[in-house]
Amino acid sequence: MEIKNAFAGTLESGDILIQIEPSDTPGLTIDLESTVAYQFGDQIKKVIADTLKGMGIGQAYVRATDKGALDCTIRARATAAVVRATGKDVWQD
Amino acid sequence: MKGYEERQKLIGRIADSFHKGVYHGGERKITVPRKESQATSEKVVSLEEAIRRCGLRDGMTISFHHHFRSGDKVLNLVMDKIAEMGFKDIRIAASSLNDVHTPLINHIRNGVVTHISTSGMRGELAKAVSHGLMDNPVVFRSHGARGSAVANGDLHIDVAFLGASSCDPMGNACGYSRSPNAKSICGSLGYALPDARYADKTVILTDDLVDYPNTPTSISEHDVDYVVVVDSVGDSSKIASGAIRDTKNPRDILLAKTACKVIVNSGYFRNGFSIQTGSGGASLAVVKYLRQSMIEQNVKASFALGGITSHMVKLHKEGLIDHLIDVQSFDRVAAESLRDDPKHKEVSANEYASPDEPGAATKFLDIVILSALEVDTNFNVNVLVGSDGIIRGAIGGHPDTAADSALSIVVCPLLRGRIPCIVDEVTTLITPGPTVDVVVTEYGVAVNPRRPDLAERLAAAGLRIVTLESLLERALHVIGTPAPLPFGDKVVGVVMNRNGEVMDVIRNIL
Repeated sequence: MEIKNAFAGTLESGDILIQIEPSDTPGLTIDLESTVAYQFGDQIKKVIADTLKGMGIGQAYVRATDKGALDCTIRARATAAVVRATGKDVWQD
Repeated sequence: MKGYEERQKLIGRIADSFHKGVYHGGERKITVPRKESQATSEKVVSLEEAIRRCGLRDGMTISFHHHFRSGDKVLNLVMDKIAEMGFKDIRIAASSLNDVHTPLINHIRNGVVTHISTSGMRGELAKAVSHGLMDNPVVFRSHGARGSAVANGDLHIDVAFLGASSCDPMGNACGYSRSPNAKSICGSLGYALPDARYADKTVILTDDLVDYPNTPTSISEHDVDYVVVVDSVGDSSKIASGAIRDTKNPRDILLAKTACKVIVNSGYFRNGFSIQTGSGGASLAVVKYLRQSMIEQNVKASFALGGITSHMVKLHKEGLIDHLIDVQSFDRVAAESLRDDPKHKEVSANEYASPDEPGAATKFLDIVILSALEVDTNFNVNVLVGSDGIIRGAIGGHPDTAADSALSIVVCPLLRGRIPCIVDEVTTLITPGPTVDVVVTEYGVAVNPRRPDLAERLAAAGLRIVTLESLLERALHVIGTPAPLPFGDKVVGVVMNRNGEVMDVIRNIL
């Protein structure tokens, strides 16, 4: 799917900032910086990857800056970032 | 004097039997006006001279207090001088360490400092230690345990370097100054008092050398060997802001209201009760709600202990609390109250919380409100090591007050961001579960099964009594299961309990 640079989220405590960029590398590349990386790093990456794949994004560079967001927040921010990157509004369509 | 001369033989014989010398006269009077002779003293020397005259050697233990908290300037100043003079293998016995002590990292790397004991550690130094900076583990003690260890020799101090906001040339020192040149104020010197008393040598560093006699005195000249005048011993504004600011965080307010309801219905809320609270947002808010209950029910407290804050000073001034007992002033208002109010009493760490001091104030404490980084399902509490395995706090008086009080209440939210505060096992054991009576969270109140009486009273008052297991389940349901922390095999910290026993170890984090 064609994507452009987009982001969603904030750097507030309990939130996550997700930035999506087109990538030449196959698959998803996720760079995560998190205040809870030790305990939840893998889980956060999995939630982002699952959300993106579920929306048809198989190739992209994702930069995520997490401030202790819960999974539901991460899914919401990832979804919003994809909607902005693709221009395809999953909530309306 | 003829008779006296006649008795000389007898005097000589008695002196022999006493193993003492014989008086030979020869006194000389000093006749200068005393104002002149008091202006100086052979005790007043430069820092370098004080270090030299104290006989500091490699391998010795030196101590510092943390009454200026993040504003402390004494430790870094003294350590830089000691490093400059070429000493190695120095052991630091601090009452606590703060983020301002980051320069210690270099002194450790250069072999100037090889051992540290403290109540806590924060910031870059704590992070570096957690990652294995030191060859020898840092020894952590509570304030009561440190006072006890200093007194009984477990923690022998060779030279104490103690900052004071005023000192006269003879060494009478205070945490405040009554002179017009006052530069700093920290209030109580409670954690410095055992050091001044038990260290082999004591050096006072002051930024206000005042006329003799500097009374009322906190540290007596009797315990002081040298006085060093410096530009500044600390930035008082960094102790805490002087203004009373109420938390607006709705979760803190809910926690505080719940904790207040626990206190009022605990059976200990009666005329003449005593209380200690911490300095966290929720803890301060408890005081606010408790004040209302005290006024409404006409209940007055005999004393408030601790860590005295401006909140407690306010209640004292309103007549709701008779005495303030202060081992450490948490803000400027408290420090000034200690200076000005005779019923605001300064106590040493030993008088505050030493386990082997029968009159320690904690032993007469009804209620203590405490915070926590983690509480586990056995009521064990951790206040030292973060859930990421990095040292980020201080033991303080937590285990002392929990153990000695009639009712210990730990107030903590279920989650901080994605980090659970209720866990199945604490990262580091600081306060043993049997000494913790109640845990207040925003999702209900857990009462130690050891206290069925208390659970019954609180339930009857309409409080939602829950188990820690159910709180843990609830937390994990929201956040998922945290991955185990990547600890290494090196011991970077040792936690001593109040009685000088090893209670837990902290391993390095990878």
